[in-house]
Amino acid sequence: MIPVTVIGGYLGAGKTTLVNHLLRHADGRRLAVLVNEFGALPIDEDLIEARGDELIAIAGGCVCCSFGDNLVGALMKLSALQPPPEQIVIEASGVAIPGAIAASVSLLAGFRLNGIVVLADAETIRGSAGDKYLGDTILRQLRDADLLLLSKADLVADSELRKVTDWLESGVSEAQIIATQHGEIAVDILLGTPASGRPPSRTEHADAAFESVVIDADKPLDAHSLAAELAAGAYGIVRAKGFVEDLSGERLLIQVVGRRAQVSPAQAGASPALVCIGLRGQIRQAALRALIETAVRND
Amino acid sequence: MPDTTIFHARSILTMNPARPRASHVAVRDGRILGVGDLQELRGWGDFALDQRFADKILMPGFVEGHAHAMEGTLWRNVYCGYFDRVDPRGRLWGGVKTRDALLARLAEAERRLDDPQAPLAGFQFDPIYLKSPGLSRHDLDAVSADRPIGILHASGHIMNFNSRALELAGMLRRGIEHPGVELGADGLPIGVLKSPEVYMSVAPHAGMHGSITDTDERGLRDFARLCVRSGTTTVTDLAAGLDDAAVEMMHRVTAADDFPICLVPLKFFMGHTPEALVASAAALRERSTERLSLGRIKVIADGSIQGFSARLRWPGYFNGAPNGLWYVAPEQLAEIYRRALQAGVAVHTHTNGDQATDLALDTFQAALAAHPAADHRFTLQHCQLADAAQFRRIKALGLCVNLFANHHYYWGDEHYRLTVGPERAERMNACRTALDSGVPMAIHSDAPVTPLGPLFTAWCAVNRLTNSGRIQGEAERISVAEALRAITLGAAYTLHLDGEVGSIEVGKRADFAVLEEDPTQVEATALKDVPVWGTVQGGRIFAAAEQ
Repeated sequence: MIPVTVIGGYLGAGKTTLVNHLLRHADGRRLAVLVNEFGALPIDEDLIEARGDELIAIAGGCVCCSFGDNLVGALMKLSALQPPPEQIVIEASGVAIPGAIAASVSLLAGFRLNGIVVLADAETIRGSAGDKYLGDTILRQLRDADLLLLSKADLVADSELRKVTDWLESGVSEAQIIATQHGEIAVDILLGTPASGRPPSRTEHADAAFESVVIDADKPLDAHSLAAELAAGAYGIVRAKGFVEDLSGERLLIQVVGRRAQVSPAQAGASPALVCIGLRGQIRQAALRALIETAVRND
Repeated sequence: MPDTTIFHARSILTMNPARPRASHVAVRDGRILGVGDLQELRGWGDFALDQRFADKILMPGFVEGHAHAMEGTLWRNVYCGYFDRVDPRGRLWGGVKTRDALLARLAEAERRLDDPQAPLAGFQFDPIYLKSPGLSRHDLDAVSADRPIGILHASGHIMNFNSRALELAGMLRRGIEHPGVELGADGLPIGVLKSPEVYMSVAPHAGMHGSITDTDERGLRDFARLCVRSGTTTVTDLAAGLDDAAVEMMHRVTAADDFPICLVPLKFFMGHTPEALVASAAALRERSTERLSLGRIKVIADGSIQGFSARLRWPGYFNGAPNGLWYVAPEQLAEIYRRALQAGVAVHTHTNGDQATDLALDTFQAALAAHPAADHRFTLQHCQLADAAQFRRIKALGLCVNLFANHHYYWGDEHYRLTVGPERAERMNACRTALDSGVPMAIHSDAPVTPLGPLFTAWCAVNRLTNSGRIQGEAERISVAEALRAITLGAAYTLHLDGEVGSIEVGKRADFAVLEEDPTQVEATALKDVPVWGTVQGGRIFAAAEQ
């Protein structure tokens, strides 16, 4: 199952900047980026290795292509590549409803939705949400988000940032909100740790705004309720991934992106532990450990 | 043999007000040398008198300003529509009026297939009209459980599949959560997949490989046959990818001596930056030929009214459905308009809902102020819900409209009852208001959404009869003469082709619709029943019976 991350948000919210940041810090992940338009490609020139008719090769084994009006076709073509991409990132058009794209992805065998990331320009989002043509579309985008990145946070005063966040949290979106600058966010937050190599372990993020903690989970526990609880949002976690043993004795993989939790069968041999990533100083470690204890006692 | 042929007809409706009727038309080198009586035309020298149309009526070849050539590709599949429809070879397929009749037709087609694995596909299914429960995969499994089966609905937005097709696509599984996938009590999809994104991964397994926008070589030839049957000599392919291979194919097909139409494909905007899009359309213009007119752009602003995806102004949908979807961002539309105005490339914008029309007007007004352009003929396609004030703005900005008159008949009752309610249903496709406002106007079929047939489209605009027989929006009806102009010069004008086609006058291309009766002499309610003998295109004669 190839994980697919959908990146949505209106024009100017910073989707392209974010995509370039992801490609620049892919860190060995073979990413395929699907963009809506191919012409003047939104990929930074220095990242491009070669241009084909349909695909653009990017440094580090990544590729980029356009999907135009046929997303399903583009996804099927990508999955036929040898080797297939490790992860797919879809940059939705500025007026697309990200939830609808995510729903389409979920229909295709061989793909798994990794999460919906929606960007909002901290300076302009409240104004655009009131636009007579676009307001309802933008509100639907915000509502669909698992993770909401408030971009250009450096361009607004702290008080204004607070106001925007309050407004978003007042029922506009259930998503976890992270303020960003220049599209910079730890790639692990959006894409998870690379499939190849690194086992769940303490990771240092380039972006000092984030930290990760590893919580032991070596006893059988109720994986589904644990995952749901992690995504519910009271622990300061933006992303979590880990292997646990379910009460049924099955080894399961828990993945949390913002408000989205997924539980799936794990490969044998994965050592039990939960890696949680969150904003520095905001992860509630004691509460997390208590949560694990509760999940263990759920038998 | 002289190089001039003079056709004698029972009557010629020229659409040229200076000489509205004639008995003879002289043709040389595929163009009209003169129109009048035989005595007048003798002055051009030697000629051969052709009497084959002596009992026929000639009109300018009809111009269809909004159709999709991919209709030609659909006829390889089994016709499952509710209404009678003629295929490219002229076979009349009776409408399928019941579920049993549908399954019987599929079963009959199934028996004709030799390969037990071969897929079976149908098209134009319209369950709104079948007063029975929806079709499930189990119903289609009764036709065949072994071969994949898929049926495309008339709307183009939904497909039905049998279990085998779903299984081949990996969709016959539990755990699917998607608003477009209805699940049965067993948690498995019941086999109705809504929206192209949903069915596109399954359709190829059922034998529908084609793009939802583009035609192929055989499809284009079949589409041209439908044109001949309906008297159409110039036709748009309103959303084409037009990559190099497609343009090469179109050049090859349209260049054939027996190819009976002038094709006008518009470059589809999706997947290109505005800069690349306009540059591509401008470059394509230079590759135009006598029968392939290139260099225009198609943009889609919103969705469809009956699909509740059109963008409506307040008070929105009559049944309370949420507002529809944008398919273009205003900034993107603005850049396309600005660049296209600068490059002299015409843009046709699909706007179904009145809010989408407002967006197009606001955006175009700003672009035109920045890049004034005389005679741009940018056109709003469908423009179904525009009100009088919008038509006044359309006129002020020099825009054209191509209204979807066929909607009255096929969905008029639904619009009244469900989508927009009585008042707006009565003003939909407001031909009278458009003409009274001085807006250049065409009317269209959007084939394959509704059947290609300019005389039928004219009938719709003249009578505004719904499928149930109600007159909907009496005040917006137009006269037969106005409707006939809309399907000839009116549509040609929206394509900047009114100097070449659209009327029968000296210098224009010898494109004629050959009719068995005079459409101005029959009852207005019988306009759609005027038989079409065939066409003349560029002086070449095409009989519908020989297609």
